[in-house]
Amino acid sequence: MAQLRFRNLTLGYERHPAVHHLDGEVAAGALVAVVGPNGAGKSTLFKGIVGALKPLAGAIERDGLNPRDIAYLPQVAEIDRSFPINVYDVVAMGLWRAKGAFGGIGGKDHQAIEAAIAAVGLTGFERRSIGTLSGGQMQRLLFARLLLQDARVIVLDEPFTAIDAKTAADLLELVRKWHGERRTVLAALHDIDLVRANFPQALLLAREPVAWGATGEVLTADNLAKARRMCEAFDEYAEACVVAAE
Amino acid sequence: MFYAVFIAPFAEFEFMRRALVGSLALALGAPPVGVFLMLRRMSLIGDAMAHAILPGAAIGFLLAGLSLFAMAGGGLIAGFLIALGAGLIARATELKEDASLAAFFLVALALGVTIVSVKGSNVDLMHFLFGSVLAVDDLTLMLIVGISSLSLVVLALIWRPLVLECVDPGFLRSVSRAGAPAHIAFLALVVLNLVGGFQALGTLLAVGVMILPAVISRFCARDITAMIGVAVASAAICGYAGLLVSFHANLPSGPTIILAAGALYAVSVLFGPVGGLLWLAWPRRHLEA
Repeated sequence: MAQLRFRNLTLGYERHPAVHHLDGEVAAGALVAVVGPNGAGKSTLFKGIVGALKPLAGAIERDGLNPRDIAYLPQVAEIDRSFPINVYDVVAMGLWRAKGAFGGIGGKDHQAIEAAIAAVGLTGFERRSIGTLSGGQMQRLLFARLLLQDARVIVLDEPFTAIDAKTAADLLELVRKWHGERRTVLAALHDIDLVRANFPQALLLAREPVAWGATGEVLTADNLAKARRMCEAFDEYAEACVVAAE
Repeated sequence: MFYAVFIAPFAEFEFMRRALVGSLALALGAPPVGVFLMLRRMSLIGDAMAHAILPGAAIGFLLAGLSLFAMAGGGLIAGFLIALGAGLIARATELKEDASLAAFFLVALALGVTIVSVKGSNVDLMHFLFGSVLAVDDLTLMLIVGISSLSLVVLALIWRPLVLECVDPGFLRSVSRAGAPAHIAFLALVVLNLVGGFQALGTLLAVGVMILPAVISRFCARDITAMIGVAVASAAICGYAGLLVSFHANLPSGPTIILAAGALYAVSVLFGPVGGLLWLAWPRRHLEA
């Protein structure tokens, strides 16, 4: 059962493709690592999946799921750390889809918020201003918010970059838990060893898909070398793409 | 003695009572908006918007004399048009939003002053630029109070999306379409409160009752709700103190209110519990954990 289906998908900026002719599907409940060099199109693909970027060609089918119901952790969060708000309230933002602009937050919701904060190991930080958090604590906070979103599909863009090993291990536990709950999880990652150890499926992307399937078959030395050979910069003098659109 | 200094001016003179009510109403409506302006680094934009409403009010004056609704309506229209125009130019050209707005408001201010000087007297010009808080009649008072009430209600309605839009606009975009309407409603609140403050404090100082209390609250509180409480309280105190001082010392009331806010600002910069200079210069011993 496919949760996400990409049909000849091309995503990019100002007509230059960052993801070029991607075909395939992500099964419901799959745990997929998206791997590739910088500029491979991983973030672009994720932006397309959550509906932040319209395809230049082709389509993304989400099996009827509203893109707003997909939980998304961007690579760089645009969070204003100087805003006078505490950890508890930022985590509570995860309830937006359920509550909207006016919905009340009752006893059960407070329990859920506290449980999410405890699950990421931030108990005791509830009243702390977000400006006082370290990088790792901030990432835990964002994961707690993701937990509250209770989404069927979760998309994580480089969630463990610049994070200490203990935090990464704890958050990886959460990812495994989501997989156990049969949620669909996609994560863009740079750490090949981490992918090999924890992710059963991988998509190796280098603007065009290099390989997609079981991690062991995808992350071979040959494939990785092929991906690295991809050119990062857009070609200023490129012609219009002649590959037939479907 | 206490009565003569602090209570008598308001007990004995109706214009002082009106001015006080008007100032207190402004103190309720404008500072919360000012806190958000400050947190979004839009403080100077607030100032620019205040000057931008002048030609609208001036045209209202041109058409209908010192009619409250003509000037207020004209000010609202001018404010919205200039916010919109500056934004569109910024999106369509290489010019960034701050420069675009600066260009608009400078021209707007000059246009407004010209129109008032052509049609009216120097007294009228002074009223436009500096307001006459002591000349608020019942109608003006109702306008000010009405605007403050509306502002508080709208702020309560857009509170959640507004805070989210300030803290994490990317997240709000990913879960909702409420970000853009909340932003526009917020800009509308800025223009609305400026038009309300315009009658009492004039176009040059109307933004003072928005920004100064907000800056004061920055040094007094760490949480946004507390900041708004401090801002409103500061604005109310400055309104009262400013009117009192201007009465006893025979000074123009509008600028005196803003000066009172300035004095309170100086106190908060020096002694404010959150990052005041005094605590930075002589820090207390650090805690155990």
